[in-house]
Amino acid sequence: MRESIEKLGAVTLFFGRVLAALPQAALSRPGLVVAQIYNAGTVSLILIMICGFFVGMVLGLQGYDSLSRFSAEDSLGTLSALSLFKELGPVVTALLFAGRAGTSMTSEIGLMRATDQLSAMEMMAVDPVKRVVVPRFLGGVIAMPLLVAIFNAIGITGTYAIGVSVMGVDSGVFWSQLLSTVDLSDVAEGIFKSVVFGVAASLLAVFEGYTCTPTAEGVGAATTRTVVETAVSILVLDYLITAALI
Amino acid sequence: MPDATTDYIVEIEGLGFSRGDRPVLDDLSLGIRRGEVTAIMGPSGTGKTTLLRLITGQLEPERGDIRVDGRHVNRLSRRELYEMRQDIGMLFQQGALLTDYDVFENVAFPLREHTNLPERLIRQVVLTKLHAVGLRGAARMMPSELSGGMARRVALARAIVMDPKLLIYDEPFAGLDPISLGVVLRLIRNMNDALNITSIVVSHDVLQTAAVADRSFILADGKVVASGSPEQLRTHDSGFVQQFMHGHADGPVPFHYPAPDYAEHLLSRRES
Repeated sequence: MRESIEKLGAVTLFFGRVLAALPQAALSRPGLVVAQIYNAGTVSLILIMICGFFVGMVLGLQGYDSLSRFSAEDSLGTLSALSLFKELGPVVTALLFAGRAGTSMTSEIGLMRATDQLSAMEMMAVDPVKRVVVPRFLGGVIAMPLLVAIFNAIGITGTYAIGVSVMGVDSGVFWSQLLSTVDLSDVAEGIFKSVVFGVAASLLAVFEGYTCTPTAEGVGAATTRTVVETAVSILVLDYLITAALI
Repeated sequence: MPDATTDYIVEIEGLGFSRGDRPVLDDLSLGIRRGEVTAIMGPSGTGKTTLLRLITGQLEPERGDIRVDGRHVNRLSRRELYEMRQDIGMLFQQGALLTDYDVFENVAFPLREHTNLPERLIRQVVLTKLHAVGLRGAARMMPSELSGGMARRVALARAIVMDPKLLIYDEPFAGLDPISLGVVLRLIRNMNDALNITSIVVSHDVLQTAAVADRSFILADGKVVASGSPEQLRTHDSGFVQQFMHGHADGPVPFHYPAPDYAEHLLSRRES
């Protein structure tokens, strides 16, 4: 318990340091941030697309099965869109992001720590938080909502493929129901969540890398912690945000 | 009040530092003269690297005072500390090259971060420094393709690219083959004399260090136990210094870690 509180304190302090360094680091070297958006985004892209499609198809099958019990198959599009926008899109994307991009951020920074590259930067009067941590953090935060958008779009396509092409829901009804029921506020909730999850997942990934024990074992342990801690925090944050918004 | 014109570039007084309960440095005082190659020697685990990290402000001392070029290191803000470090070049044990960049970009890194020099000028400076360490031809190699000795030479080129006043080497000889070792030794001496800088070499390789250093300090138990030229140290009357300089297996530092009586230990039934 004491350990968790100390950890929370350390992460918060580190967050403060990252935020303080952020404006200057981002404005003086925007190229570094763009490179990291590309890194965090592209490594996760194929994974996000495949998983999004399968999640969408499962929603198609399960949704159709449930909805047809009270003859509401026409709402399949609505069900899928609401599930994806409000919950599955941000949550599943963030979990996948932690496993793919988060771990690579942690091990990359951790390895730089273990091989003295971070100390070498400090000795060259270059702040590693500005040069290494901020671009990766910001890259992750910006990439996350974009990945969520792609996940959602492909997920709805997956539901459409199953619901309309296999189960025989009418295509026009599918879309019109979806468009008339889903509000802008539902989309906004999803975007808000994806930004919060992006901050949490990226922050934990860079924190674990930056503070890891500088050995091969330490980098490995830090990478594992990134996945576990991100998963738990995403689910807890998800509950808190949902409870606050409903 | 000392100023930047004193004979000493680094002055340390009454320095104390511990890790947990274990004291690493205890009431350590020494001065490093401008223009010389100074060696800091001592058995492994006597806080040599810790001392370097304290001098460069990577660690904060518990007691005592460290002045580098007249600046009190532990009283500097982060910005002032970074300003000070622009005058210091440091060579890490394994080189610590940035693995994402090739040799050229590694050497260019400090220039790109701290100056707005045009690309043409950066290229000239980098090639000059690489030529000085004999690796102009390796400019486009990646750090993973370099041998240990080459990596250290690239790190040396990077350390001198900002024309520092003070150059610090952390175990520059560890794990090098004889030829690379000779190259590094020659470079340390040449850099010091040609660039008119001050060098600190931390090492436990007595022979190599004696060949290059003008003055040496021997550390043990967190204190300076002896200092002087390599010649003076070889004939030093302390038993410990004799053992260290000549590499005797037994002496004031015993071969055997403290243990119960040998015969009793073998005959006893339990590991106590």
